[in-house]
Amino acid sequence: MSKKQHYKITVNGKEEEFLAEPRELLIYTLRERLNITGPHIGCETSHCGACTVTIDGKSVKSCTMFVAQADGKDITTIEGIGGPDDLHPLQNAFKEHHGLQCGYCTPGMITRATKLLEENPNPTEEDIRFGMAGNICRCTGYQNIVKSIMAAAAEMNAAKEAAE
Amino acid sequence: MKDEVTSREERIDNLKGMGCSRKRVEDARFTQGKGNYVDDIKLDGMIFGDFVRSPYAHARIKSIDTAAALEVPGVLAVLTAKDLEPLGLHWMPTLAGDKQMVLADGKVLFQGQEVAFVVAEDRFAAADGIEAVEVEYEELEVLVDPFKSLESDVVLREDTVDEAGKPVDGAHGPRKHHNHIFTWEAGDKDPTFEVIDNAEVVATESMYYHRTHPCPLETCGCVASMDKVNGKLTVWGTFQAPHAIRTVVSLITGIEEHNIRIISPDIGGGFGNKVGAYPGYICSAVASIVTGKPVKWIEDRMDNLMTTAFARDYHMTGRISATKEGKITGLHCHVTADHGGFDACADPTKFPAGFMNICTGSYDIPTAFLEVDGVYTNKAPGGVSYRCSFRVTEAVYFIERMIEVLAIELNMDAAELRRINFIKKEQFPYTAALGWEYDSGDYHTAWDKALKAVDYDGLRAEQAQRVEDFKAGKTRSLMGIGLSFFTEIVGAGPVKNCDILGLGMFDSCEIRIHPTGSAIARLGTISQGQGHATTFAQILASEIGLPADSITIEEGDTDTAPYGLGTYGSRSTPVAGAATAMAGRKIRAKAQMIAAYLLEVHDDDVEFDVDRFVVKGAPERFKTMKEIAFAAYNQAIPGIEPGLEAVSYYDPPNMTYPFGAYVCVMDIDVDTGVADIRRFYALDDCGTRINPMVIEGQVHGGLTEALAVALGQEIAYDDMGNVKTGTLMDFFLPTAWEVPNYETDYTVTPSPHHPIGAKGVGESPHVGGVPCFSNAIQDAFRPFGNRHTNMPHDHWRIWKTANELGLHG
Amino acid sequence: MIPAAFEYYRPKDMAGVLSILEEHGDDARVMAGGHSLIPMMKLRMADVPHLIDLQDVEGMSGIEIGVEAIRIGAMVTQHDIIDHEPLASAAPILREAALQIADPQVRYMGTVGGNVANGDPGNDMPGLMQCLDAAFTVVGPDGERDIPARDFYEAAYMTAREDEEVLTAVTIPMPKGGYAYEKQKRKIGDYATAAAAVQIVNDGGTCASASIAMTNLSDTPIYSEAAGAALVGTSVDDAAMNAAVAAMLGDIDPTEDNRGPIAFKKHVAGVILRRAIERAWSRA
Repeated sequence: MSKKQHYKITVNGKEEEFLAEPRELLIYTLRERLNITGPHIGCETSHCGACTVTIDGKSVKSCTMFVAQADGKDITTIEGIGGPDDLHPLQNAFKEHHGLQCGYCTPGMITRATKLLEENPNPTEEDIRFGMAGNICRCTGYQNIVKSIMAAAAEMNAAKEAAE
Repeated sequence: MKDEVTSREERIDNLKGMGCSRKRVEDARFTQGKGNYVDDIKLDGMIFGDFVRSPYAHARIKSIDTAAALEVPGVLAVLTAKDLEPLGLHWMPTLAGDKQMVLADGKVLFQGQEVAFVVAEDRFAAADGIEAVEVEYEELEVLVDPFKSLESDVVLREDTVDEAGKPVDGAHGPRKHHNHIFTWEAGDKDPTFEVIDNAEVVATESMYYHRTHPCPLETCGCVASMDKVNGKLTVWGTFQAPHAIRTVVSLITGIEEHNIRIISPDIGGGFGNKVGAYPGYICSAVASIVTGKPVKWIEDRMDNLMTTAFARDYHMTGRISATKEGKITGLHCHVTADHGGFDACADPTKFPAGFMNICTGSYDIPTAFLEVDGVYTNKAPGGVSYRCSFRVTEAVYFIERMIEVLAIELNMDAAELRRINFIKKEQFPYTAALGWEYDSGDYHTAWDKALKAVDYDGLRAEQAQRVEDFKAGKTRSLMGIGLSFFTEIVGAGPVKNCDILGLGMFDSCEIRIHPTGSAIARLGTISQGQGHATTFAQILASEIGLPADSITIEEGDTDTAPYGLGTYGSRSTPVAGAATAMAGRKIRAKAQMIAAYLLEVHDDDVEFDVDRFVVKGAPERFKTMKEIAFAAYNQAIPGIEPGLEAVSYYDPPNMTYPFGAYVCVMDIDVDTGVADIRRFYALDDCGTRINPMVIEGQVHGGLTEALAVALGQEIAYDDMGNVKTGTLMDFFLPTAWEVPNYETDYTVTPSPHHPIGAKGVGESPHVGGVPCFSNAIQDAFRPFGNRHTNMPHDHWRIWKTANELGLHG
Repeated sequence: MIPAAFEYYRPKDMAGVLSILEEHGDDARVMAGGHSLIPMMKLRMADVPHLIDLQDVEGMSGIEIGVEAIRIGAMVTQHDIIDHEPLASAAPILREAALQIADPQVRYMGTVGGNVANGDPGNDMPGLMQCLDAAFTVVGPDGERDIPARDFYEAAYMTAREDEEVLTAVTIPMPKGGYAYEKQKRKIGDYATAAAAVQIVNDGGTCASASIAMTNLSDTPIYSEAAGAALVGTSVDDAAMNAAVAAMLGDIDPTEDNRGPIAFKKHVAGVILRRAIERAWSRA
C-alpha cells in the first residue's frame, strides 16, 4: 500500500474530490468510489472496451489508467450521455435495432460510439466496424450494433439539418 | 359493453404477443448504464476475497505460510484447505458426480487451481495479500495428453485407486485405468460393426475438437452475505441455475434451504460458463460466515479463462458406411474426452457425455454405436455446454465432418449426399439409432430453400473456375463452400431421464394478475441476455389477453421465483416457455368461469377471443381480461376463489429438435492462411417464432461465437500444463472488424408436443455454425486432396494445410 | 489484476523527470500513455516502485514538418498521427502504419515515444522508424543526444537508451517515393505475425533507393540493408523482389508463439514483404 493522495476529477459535469492510492485504476474509482457503475470490467488488459469512458475528448479504456493519471481531467461515462429524460439518439437506436443482448458491453459501446460519430458524423459500415473495433461484444455478432450506429447517425444528422 | 374503438387486428397488435418483433424491455436500463450486475452490488461493510493460485499444473503442496500475508495492511484472513476441512468444505461435489477441491488439499492438479483464499478490506489489499502468501510446491510429472494419461503410471487422483493401487469404480461405473473416469455407450456395438465391416464404402476419420471457453464478457463472481442475527445466507452471483445452486449450497453447508437466498442479478452473458459451482462461491460464503461481513469475489479474466468451465476437448474417431449410391448404412463414433483434473461437466446425471448420442445428426442412419471414455489430465475442470445443449456441438461437428469425408470417399457432392440421407418429413416422430425421438422436421424443404437462396450450383461453378485459375497460376486464392445441416436436441428435459444432482429438469412459471389488469410472472430460469423479460411476456400476452407491456417478468431470486433448473442448453423456451403457456392457460380457464358468471351464461357458452371472452354467437356481449381481472378481486363469485393466480411446473414429454441449413462462402489466401468470409446464409427452423427480432439477434451472436471457435479460439496448453491463451490478446474474441454480415432465413416446423410449438433457438447457430465455417475451409482444399484438418483454423493452421498439400510450390 | 503499490510523480518539466530518475535509478520508470506498461504492472510482470507520468512535461506533443525532416514529439499519440493531415501528406506511411496499431481507444493513449522506447519487439513503430532512418532524441543527466533508430534496439526490451535517459522526440528525414506498411495479424489489437515497412524511390522505372524493415520477426525490429540494396538499380521485377525477400529472410530470426511456428512465420514474412514492396513500388 502506498500513501493516499488527494485527487480531483470531473465526472459527468460534477466535480469529485477524494483521497486514493495512485495505483487505483480509474474504472474502480468510478465504479466503487463514485458509484458510477455503467462502465464495466471485462478483460483488464485493454482489449475489450467494456470500461470505455470519454476523457478530455478521447475514448479511453478506464481499466488501463491510474486514477493519478486522471487527476484534473474531465470524464464522461454512459451516465452522462443521456438519461430517462434526455436519451441520446444512440441509446434509443440500440434499443430500436436490437443492438444489445446481455447489456454488459453496451455502456462502453455507446460511449465509444458517441465519440466515433462526433469525429465522423457520416460513417460507412466499414468506418463503424473499424472505429468500434476496440469494443468486444459476445452476444450480438455486431450486425445490429452497426445498424444501430448507422441509424443514430442518420437521426442526428436529420436533427442537425432541421435545426439549421 | 361495446368496444367500437379498436378492430380485432388492432387488439392483437396492442397485445404485442407472440410473433411480433417487440422491442426489449431490458434495454432501457442497459443503454443507460443502469444494469445491476454482481460487481455493481455494494453492501455496507463489504470485504473482498481472492485466490492464491497454483503456478504449476501438477504439484504436491509441501507448505503454505500465511503469516506474511496476515501482516499486509487490510488483510483480514487467509483460508486454506485446513480451515475448510473441519467444516467438510475443502472438497465439493461436482455436477458430474465427481468431487472437486475447493482449496488445494495437499496437491494441485491444474495451473491456476485455487490454493488459498485471501480476505481483505478491499481488492487492492487482497491482491497484496496474495503476493505475500508463501507456498512451497514439489513439482510432479504433468499429463496434458489424455491418451498418455491413460497409459501413465502417474496417479492423478489418489481417490481413484484402492490401497493396493487398483482403480476403484467411479460415479459412472468401472474405470479402465486409474486416470480413467468413465465409459459411456449408446447404440448397438456388434450389429453396427457388422454393417460397417461389410459395407460397400467406409470412410474413417479422426478429429480433435479443441478445448475452448465460453468467455462471457462478465466473468464469474458473487457476493455472499451471512446475516448472523436472522441466520440467513444471501448470495448474489453469476448463476445460470440459481435454484440448483441453492440446493447445492444447502447440501454441502448443512444450512437449511429456507435460510439460503440465491439471487442472480443481471448477468453479462453466460454461454455455459455460469452453470457450475465454483470454489469462489464456497469460499465467499465461508468467509462471510466466519467474518460476519458480506464478502465479494470477482474473477479476473485470466482466472476465468484458466480455471472456470472450459468447453469441448473431445478427441473423436468415426467410421461411417454407405452403399455405392451414398445411402448411409452405419455409424461408429469413439470419443476420448479430456475432462481435466476433476470431472465437473455440467450434464444431466445419466448422460456423462451429454447428448453426444445425437451424433447421427439429421440423417436416417439405421444402425449406430457410440462410446465415450472420460479421462483425467492436468488441465482445468469443466466440460460445459458452450452455447449449446450438452455436447451437441461436438456431436454435430462430428457428423457434419463425417458426411463431408464420406462425400470425398464416394466422390460425391456433399449437398446431394445430405439430401439423400435426410430423415424424411413423413418419418417424424423419428426414433434414431442411438435412441432419441425427434419430434418434427422438414429437412428437405429447408435444404432446398437454402441451396436455392445461395445459388449453390452457381457457387460450385465459380469454385471450379477458381481451382482452374489457381492451377494456371492466375490466383493464389481458393474458394471454399461450407455446408452444414444440423439437428439440435434441446430443452432438457423430461424428468424421467433428465436430472442434475437428482433434481428433475422441469421448469416453472407463476403468474399473478393484478386487480387492474396488469401482471407479474416469475420463472425458474434466468436471462443472461436472451431477453426473457420481453419474450416470455409475449407468450403470456397471447395466452391471457393482457398486453405484454402490462406484464412484468421476474427471474433469478430463489425467495420469490418458483423452483426451476435455470437457463442453459436452450431449455428456457422449451421448458419454462411451456410452463408459462400452461400457467397462462390456467389463468384463462378461471377467467372463463368469471366471464361466464359476469355475462350470466354457462361456462361453455363463452369463448376466448384475443383479449376477452365473448358469448358464442353474440360477439357484442363480452368481458375483457382487464374487466375479468378486476372482477376476480372485487366480486364474490359462488364457487370461485377470489384472486387470479396460477402456477405451472412443466415436465416436458420430450426434448425439442430445432434444425437448420447453413452455407458459408470463404476466400482463402493460400500464402498467408488468411480466410475471408464472403457470405454466410443461415436458415433456422426453431418451430413457432416468438419474437423474430430476438431470434435474429440470437442467430447473429451464435454464428459469431461459432466463427470464433472455428477460426481461432482455443485454450491451449504447453507440455508443462501452462495455459498459453490466458488473456484476450491470445484468446480469440472477434471484433466488429473480423465479423461479416449474416443473411438469416427461416422455415417453421412447430414442435408437436410443446404447448406453443416453440423449440428454442439461442444455441442452434453456434451448433450449426462451427461445422459450417470449418467445412468451408476444408472444402476449399478438397480439390487438392484434403480430407480433414483440425480446428481452430487460424492463419498458421490453414497455411499448414496448404503447405502439406504442396500448394506453396 | 491489481498492480503493486508505487509512488507516482507528474513533473512539469524534464529537469523534474531527470532528477527523479537519478534519485531512484532502476526503481523508476517513465510512462507516456501507459498502454504497454500498465497491463504489465497489473499482471505484476513489471515492478515499478516509482512511476513518472510524462503527461505534464511541456514540449513533447508537437509535430513539426520541416523541409528536410519531420520532428515528432514523444508524447504524440497514434491518434494524433492519423489525424494530422500535413503529416499524412508528408509521410503517409506513418498514418498507414498507425491505423494498424491496436484499436481506437488504445491509439488515443498510445504514443510514438512509448511505442519506440520500450523495446517490445511486437511494436510497429520501431521497424517503421528504422525503415525511415529516424533518429531518437534522448535526454539524460549528461544532456541530449540522438541515437539512430537502426542502432537503438539491442534485444527484447533492451535498447541503447540508458536507464536515466528519456526519449523526447523522433526525427525523420523527409521520406521520398512510394511507401507501404503491410501487416498480418490475427485480429484487431494483435501484434504482427509479420509486418513490413517499405519506402522506395522510382527514378524512371528504376529503383533509386529502397529502405526495408520488418517487425516481430526477431527480438528486435529488423532493418535489412541487403534487402533494400537488392532492389536498387532494378525495375523491381520478380527476380529483384525474390532477392530482397531472400536477403530479409537471412536477417530475421522468428520464434514460435501462438501465432505459429517458425516455418510459417518465415513464409509469411516473405509474402508480406513482397506485397509491401509491390504496393510501395506501385505508389512510387
